[in-house]
Amino acid sequence: MLDLINVSYDTQIPNNVGLSQDKKVLKALEKWHPGYINWWNDLIPQNFQQSMVYLRTAVSVDPKGWAKFDYVKMPEYRWGVLLAPQVENRTIPCGEHYGQPAWQEVPGEYRNLLKRLIVIQGDTEPASVEQQRLLALTAPSLYDMRNLFQVNVEEGRHLWAMVYLLHKYFGRDGREEADDLLRRQSGSEEAPRMLGAFNEETPDWLSFFMFTYFTDRDGKMQLESLAQSGFDPLSRTCRFMLTEEAHHMFVGETGVGRTIERTCQVMKENGIDDPFDVDRIRGLGVIDLPLIQKKLNLHYTLSLDLFGQEVSTNAANAFNAGIKGRYMEARITDDHQLQSDTYVVWDLVDGKAVQKEVPALTAINMRLRDDYTKDAAGGVGRWNKIIEKYGIDFEFKLPHEAFHRKIGVFANLPFDPEGKVVTGAEYDKGLPEWLPTHADGDYIQSLMKPCYEAGQYARWIAPPKVGIDNKPGDFEYVKLHMA
Amino acid sequence: MTHRIDFQTDPSRYRHWRVEYEGEIANLYMDVDEQGGLFPGYELKLNSYDLGVDIELADVVQRMRFEHPEVKVVVMQSAKDRVFCAGANIRMLGGASHAHKVNFCKFTNETRNTFEAAEADSGQKYIAAVKGACAGGGYELALACNYIMLTNDSSSSVALPEVPLLAVLPGTGGLTRVTDKRKVRRDLADVFCSVEEGVKGQRAVDWRLVDEIAPNSKFDEVVQERAREFAAASAKPTGLTGIELTPLDRRFDEDGSVTYSTVEVAIDRAGGRATLTITGPSDPAPASVAELQEQGAQAWILRAARELDDAILHLRLNERQIGTLVFKTQGDPTAVLAHESLLLANRDNWLANEILHYWKRVLKRVDMTSRSLVAIVEHGSCFAGPLAELLWAVDRSYMMLDEFEGDNRPLATVTLSEGNFGPYPMGNDLTRLQTRFLGTPETVDTLRGHVGEALEASEAEQLGLVTYAYDDIDWEDEVRIFLEERASFSPDAMTGMEANLRFAGPETMETRIFGRLTAWQNWIFQRPNAVGPDGALQRYGTGVRGDYNMERV
Ligand SMILES: [Fe+2]
Ligand SMILES: [Fe+2]
Repeated sequence: MLDLINVSYDTQIPNNVGLSQDKKVLKALEKWHPGYINWWNDLIPQNFQQSMVYLRTAVSVDPKGWAKFDYVKMPEYRWGVLLAPQVENRTIPCGEHYGQPAWQEVPGEYRNLLKRLIVIQGDTEPASVEQQRLLALTAPSLYDMRNLFQVNVEEGRHLWAMVYLLHKYFGRDGREEADDLLRRQSGSEEAPRMLGAFNEETPDWLSFFMFTYFTDRDGKMQLESLAQSGFDPLSRTCRFMLTEEAHHMFVGETGVGRTIERTCQVMKENGIDDPFDVDRIRGLGVIDLPLIQKKLNLHYTLSLDLFGQEVSTNAANAFNAGIKGRYMEARITDDHQLQSDTYVVWDLVDGKAVQKEVPALTAINMRLRDDYTKDAAGGVGRWNKIIEKYGIDFEFKLPHEAFHRKIGVFANLPFDPEGKVVTGAEYDKGLPEWLPTHADGDYIQSLMKPCYEAGQYARWIAPPKVGIDNKPGDFEYVKLHMA
Repeated sequence: MTHRIDFQTDPSRYRHWRVEYEGEIANLYMDVDEQGGLFPGYELKLNSYDLGVDIELADVVQRMRFEHPEVKVVVMQSAKDRVFCAGANIRMLGGASHAHKVNFCKFTNETRNTFEAAEADSGQKYIAAVKGACAGGGYELALACNYIMLTNDSSSSVALPEVPLLAVLPGTGGLTRVTDKRKVRRDLADVFCSVEEGVKGQRAVDWRLVDEIAPNSKFDEVVQERAREFAAASAKPTGLTGIELTPLDRRFDEDGSVTYSTVEVAIDRAGGRATLTITGPSDPAPASVAELQEQGAQAWILRAARELDDAILHLRLNERQIGTLVFKTQGDPTAVLAHESLLLANRDNWLANEILHYWKRVLKRVDMTSRSLVAIVEHGSCFAGPLAELLWAVDRSYMMLDEFEGDNRPLATVTLSEGNFGPYPMGNDLTRLQTRFLGTPETVDTLRGHVGEALEASEAEQLGLVTYAYDDIDWEDEVRIFLEERASFSPDAMTGMEANLRFAGPETMETRIFGRLTAWQNWIFQRPNAVGPDGALQRYGTGVRGDYNMERV
């Protein structure tokens, strides 16, 4: 068990920020740390907390140190504070301070703006762990369980990263915000998480894979834009988090991919060519492709909502202040200030979705969302390749941005997945084909039976092509504690 | 006229508010229709408001008092998710003319004052039940309520972000109520007004910004429980029945004149003035409060107040070139007194009480009108009781002295009533007579000895009740020259001079809001740092910050 009285902040908390020398942060962390441990302990069922999990720990940021694999009990995981190495003479990459030296301290005028961005980012990190807390009970394999826990501990570390920034740079306000990050709880009526999608349950493993593919990718895009921050410590923190985030999306993409693979296999084995022969396919205990499309529709559209309004003052302020850049800001060839540029966004005119030009500054959210969509399309193409390999006539598609939205100009309007306005009746009729129904949920839930034997996989999902850390197929990724 | 702003509405036309009446408790929901802006060019997102939203609120508050006297507690809340109210719409402010902004600000202030006073005046206590973001004008709405509850969900906060965000002030009473009403310590208030995101949770209670926080899961329940407690503790009688505020009898004419049943507005564009003539009652006063209740909105004394109120608002917003308002009356002063005395004798009756308070508000509205105000006391006039108050609300008054050739109307008189010694205080909490005779308080006692006497011009002038009394020979020239001179002065200097001279005496929260906060706000609203092409208000939403001239003025 972690000794909370005598935490050595250089050994138990891997860091490259000189934690043991930093009196101010140490004092704050000492106060915050027990609350974090309590939060973790109350979260995931005890027998998993006591299990030995083959996890990757980042102990330093150099290529050798950032992925150390070993068995560890999760409460003893070494959540570290790691920033990507400082780039010498880095300058502010965008906005009105473009080209000036990057800030190493918080500029007073942007303190609140920065704090808010960090708090919002920080709030999503523990939220997803909360959403996924019970999934281990139905893990389709020890391999998947291990991946889940890897994602969880790293989200925990991301929380640490944000808390470090709050403690280090935002004084008493920062400490209070750090406490509130533990006070809010996903789905809580009392104090819900800040963003809607992070208060939805992750009820099953397909949801988890979709979540890590689509929603973590929103996280990735947010981190990418914060990695472009003129506030250097934030930029460095986010750059390092991105290396971990890539693994989360890998878990999502391969998870969905393996589900698809298994479905195609079973269809072939049983001579089923029609992907819409749902009853027969389900009779065989795998998830039909149309249902996977429905899950995709749901998670993709929920994630689009996370990007906020099409035209946003906050995003414009943050960009202009040099606090938050665009995806790959440095590779974009424009003036990085955008004071007279425009950008094309969707708008609603006479009930129809149309594209129009708006000042580029106010469309920063949209631009990031467009980059997101392009990024998300990549994996969808690879999923289609799997189906193609089996010669099944089916293709996954990202729905139109107007479909099933709760935020922005299309919010709560009856658009179909093609982006066409339909009547209320058509919408009601189409909905069971576009989004998972309760019955679909029941079916997926019926498949969610744990498979805890090393090297074994639940029927609905194919094994991975390669193991984690190149381990063999029957490797025991989690040594379950049997209390 | 391009687009006349109408201050009359009714529940069937509301687009932004909704009331659910449950006996003694009314749940008032703010649910602003994004597309329902009064002018084109902005959307009322996040429960932000413009004048149209506030006109409805003023109507809600007014009807609450007259149509629903059974209500003891009003719970003001948002029907939207995650936002209570985001305040005045910034794009509307950015696009509005200075004059519109100032008038908007004044009307919203008057509306806030009205529901704030509803507890003391009418036994209707307003609770603000705040869930979600409550910023700027949103918090100012809450501040004007009598009790503020905030959900403790670790993200809902109250905030006054105007200074850091927009380079203007929380000008709808915000700064003043924080210090004078909530009595927030000034240094904490300074912190509070400089942080965009505001204050949440326990700290909001500790700093006195809200009265109570409640757990989010139980919030609605606790709010309703508190509402029931307040209703139970109310001293107001139970089971009162209201009267209906029927639509005004009103007609607009091509030349700009407006004709109501008992008020008439004539416009003289060339002279830059409007003449408001109030006609006294033609029917005898109701014999009892029962009869008053039966007459309802048709009772002369209520009708006259509603019509005068609407006329003033109409002139303020829709006739901005009219610099001088001339008040005249015609009728029988004893009839006016008879109608008023029924109210004064029955102040414990809810309706009599409401009408008196309404006259108080209408007269304050006159005080607050930034036009040159003048009363012309002609023969045949009825400046008595509440109408006599107009004589001391205006900047100057002229009274006809002795008989005029060819004028067979009764000689002009001024008649005081007990009403002139208490029920219609100004914003400074003094009566108009107390304010007028600030240096000789004994004069007010002397005047009280004249209650009920029809005072003719020389006596009225001698007692200081009118500025000048002129006879037939001088009258026409003196009045004409005064009006012409007035119309020639700079309207800015006039507004400033009049506003300073009208409100002698002590400061109250109300005078501080209108005299200090609003004046500063209106100055800031003229400054390039806020409204210049590179100012914060113009740039808001573009992402580019205001470019400030750092010179301190
Ligand atoms: Fe993360
Ligand atoms: Fe992640």
